Amino acid sequence: MHTSLDHLFPSQTGTIETIDVSPELGRRMAALGLRPGRRVEMVRAAPLRGPLQIRIGHTEIMIRRVDAAKINVNLVA
Amino acid sequence: MKRIALLGMPNTGKSTFFNRLTGAGARVGNWPGITVDLLAAKILLAGTMVEVVDLPGIYNLHGFSDDEQVVRHFLESQAVNGLVVILNASQLDRQLALLLQLKALKLPMTLVLNMSDEAKQLGIKIDLAALARNLDVPVTLISAKYGQGFESARQAIEQLLHTHPAVIRADTAGLSQDDNIEVELDRIVGNTVNTPITLAPDLTRRLDRVLLHPWLGLPLFFITVFLLFQLVYGIGTPLQDAMNWGLEHIKTGLLQPALANAPLPVQSFILDGLFDGVGTVLSFLPIIVVFFIFMAIIEDSGYLARAAYLMDALMAKVGLDGRSFVMQLMGFGCNVPALMGTRVMRSRALRLLTMMVIPFSLCSARLQVFLFFTTAIFAPRAAAVVMFSLYLMSFLMAFLTALVWRGKYRSVEPLLLELPPYRFPTFKQLLVQGWQQSQHFLKGASGFIVGGVVVVWALTHYPFNVPPASPATLAGQLADWMVPVFQPLGIDRLLSVALLFGFIAKEIVIGALAVIYGAGQSNLAGVIAGKLDWVQAYSFMLFTLIYTPCLSTVAVLKQESKSYWFTFIAVAWPLGLAWVVSFAFYQGARALGW
Ligand SMILES: Nc1nc2c(ncn2[C@@H]2O[C@H](COP(=O)(O)OP(=O)(O)OP(=O)(O)O)[C@@H](O)[C@H]2O)c(=O)[nH]1
Ligand SMILES: [Mg+2]
Repeated sequence: MHTSLDHLFPSQTGTIETIDVSPELGRRMAALGLRPGRRVEMVRAAPLRGPLQIRIGHTEIMIRRVDAAKINVNLVA
Repeated sequence: MKRIALLGMPNTGKSTFFNRLTGAGARVGNWPGITVDLLAAKILLAGTMVEVVDLPGIYNLHGFSDDEQVVRHFLESQAVNGLVVILNASQLDRQLALLLQLKALKLPMTLVLNMSDEAKQLGIKIDLAALARNLDVPVTLISAKYGQGFESARQAIEQLLHTHPAVIRADTAGLSQDDNIEVELDRIVGNTVNTPITLAPDLTRRLDRVLLHPWLGLPLFFITVFLLFQLVYGIGTPLQDAMNWGLEHIKTGLLQPALANAPLPVQSFILDGLFDGVGTVLSFLPIIVVFFIFMAIIEDSGYLARAAYLMDALMAKVGLDGRSFVMQLMGFGCNVPALMGTRVMRSRALRLLTMMVIPFSLCSARLQVFLFFTTAIFAPRAAAVVMFSLYLMSFLMAFLTALVWRGKYRSVEPLLLELPPYRFPTFKQLLVQGWQQSQHFLKGASGFIVGGVVVVWALTHYPFNVPPASPATLAGQLADWMVPVFQPLGIDRLLSVALLFGFIAKEIVIGALAVIYGAGQSNLAGVIAGKLDWVQAYSFMLFTLIYTPCLSTVAVLKQESKSYWFTFIAVAWPLGLAWVVSFAFYQGARALGW
């Protein structure tokens, strides 16, 4: 199923398909492990539409929902 | 001079490695972006003097935040024998990308994989020989924190110096080159790194389940901070009493007899000026050191990044972000490094707005003033509440400021922040931290605090033929001018002189008061309690909290913003705010009959 990263529920995993951001942000994301083909797990979401905690490999990062919405993923069953 | 530079992604342990290699005391913390400026040390390596440079962490060669610019500028302007690239061994799947990019600089390199202890715990296996072959760069695996493998890394650096005895410049074309390394990255990682597929939930994950709990997270954060403060006072206060006792004995047992035959002005200068002034400040040394040791524990724990996560939604409402909150917390120690820490922000507007609110953080120097006043004026139980209210005010003022100025400094910066695993500093790291803070404090005490105290003594004692600190002295005349400003706040004439010196540094305030009131650290509290009621004292504390923290802060505001106009606003606004808040409090309290 295709969706964006901010729509995953905690402990769901997706494979990144595309990322629609500026080149600069794209490079920053890649440096943190966020690039097409990588698996990303939603760990938890902060209340009040706060940021998300996600995991790629052994890296955990926080990301705001607006930015996560620009990352398209394919849900891993 | 030979030179090598330590380079790597943020938070990989470059500064820890640097400290172990050179014996220097670079600041270490479990937060990406602790080092934001160059730090160099010279050591003897392979028989020659070598300058080792610790650089801020970078994610890639194309970053434009101010800390990344520091690295860029270094690479463009300085020739090196080679780079020591330090990466986190358990995150090679993404971090090796940096090494592949650095190859474009055409500099000799040696790769140090750090945090072998954590990688081992995670069951990660790295084929070092194959990795070195694939990258064509020597590789060593170490733990900079605990020391395993460190010798091999040192030998690798010596080897590099041996094979590349001359310094060369980086090929700066590599800085702008667009790289396509992902295929190569995946191939190399796939061939050399073996990671277990399923992770057992480790300590970090279990702790996060509680500490980042959607509804319990924030309350737990504040409870933790509150308990830590209680702990600091619990440990620090007896030490402070011991210090007071010692200082008092030095004065009565040593200095007074020794000076018994000296002329009166000399006696007064040494005893009532230097000794009382500096001694009163010095008596806070133990509690400040304890405070900084706890700050070091928090900084190294990784909880700061969690605080950013927990507070981000609220901070966004006032135009800031989670990192701004972390910088406010760092500001509790000292505002200066917190202001520098905003270099990690890429948006200038966000950075300026954060720099605007940091000076409201109740730093350790102001803490001394408040500890002193609260214990002098209030009963112990009330003193804790008053202290707490001041921390609350510190945040309130910061948020108010952000609300007022966010229209001018509007930003949309995407926030991506690593949440590193929880870590705990080693005992040695804590000792080093405590030692450094004491040195910092003593250096301050020996420089401008002594200077400030001497000037205050002169102002309050000249002319010598009138009673000290009376209206006829220089200080008295100075205070006369300030009466119209400070009288409506309930701040009396002599206190206003202390505030004037507090502009230079808050450490001077207590020393200045000791001199002004002609009382040593043991009886100053009693004198103050006899002169002020609690409303006046609180008004004074509010003003001290909110107005300009110190000259160093102003200098750093200017240095980091590169704007006189911003610096002016960042000084004038808190000054005005301090007056208005103290006025409202004092007049309000009096109107209510207190
Ligand atoms: N477990 C473990 N932790 C380490 C090791 N080396 C460093 N650390 C910890 O990792 C964190 C980051 O260390 P720093 O030395 O500040 O890292 P840095 O690369 O200088 O970070 P920046 O200056 O922010 O780029 C601190 O909490 C260190 O105590 C190690 O070998 N093992
Ligand atoms: Mg560092």
